[in-house]
Amino acid sequence: MRINLTSVYVDDQAKALRFYTEVLGFVKKTDVPTGEHRWLTVVSPDAPDGVELLLEPDAHPAAKAFKEALAGDGIPLTQFAVDDVAAEHERLRGLGVLFTQEPVDMGPVATAVFDDTCGNLIQIAQYK
Amino acid sequence: MVVRVGDLYQALADHTRRLILDELTERDGQTLFEICGRLATRHQVTSSRQAISQHLDVLEAAGLVITRRQGRYKFHHLDTRPLRAVAERWLGAEPRQETP
Repeated sequence: MRINLTSVYVDDQAKALRFYTEVLGFVKKTDVPTGEHRWLTVVSPDAPDGVELLLEPDAHPAAKAFKEALAGDGIPLTQFAVDDVAAEHERLRGLGVLFTQEPVDMGPVATAVFDDTCGNLIQIAQYK
Repeated sequence: MVVRVGDLYQALADHTRRLILDELTERDGQTLFEICGRLATRHQVTSSRQAISQHLDVLEAAGLVITRRQGRYKFHHLDTRPLRAVAERWLGAEPRQETP
């Protein structure tokens, strides 16, 4: 068994695709119409055959309540790895990304948290 | 300015709450998530998120922490004004010259 796919619940798939590709730098892997929504995944350009991230609609009312509660306390939905948190923070801030946590040294890991504009907070982490 | 002195001293009596103030001094304006992360990784404080949230409530009641909503997020800010009132109570507003 292996992890093949993970999800973020987004409020708008087209907007999410723009943010996750044009701002974060992921690339689109799968885009299949599924009625009202799309089966829409992105991957890291460093690992095109690696874990796919599903940009899943947050249409279910419970998903919205869940996202609101997490965001209120600043809790990220998921984490992406980067080589250099400070550099990535600088790059993303230059692109207008809002951070709820500036880079902080947390011992074995440095982290920062930003708003993905689709209702989620995302943590970036640099493992030393 | 009205200072709730009793609340203030009780708020400062707790070690974890003093650590929270230390971390807010280092960087003002933190989410609950960031405060919990700093306490766990830098100070080995293993309290639950709910317990930290209650500590923040005590600090807020004492006037040492102010919360601010920005968009969907809640940030915690340090307010040192009550501490200044403590210093002035015993030290006076102006430092006195030592006379040998």
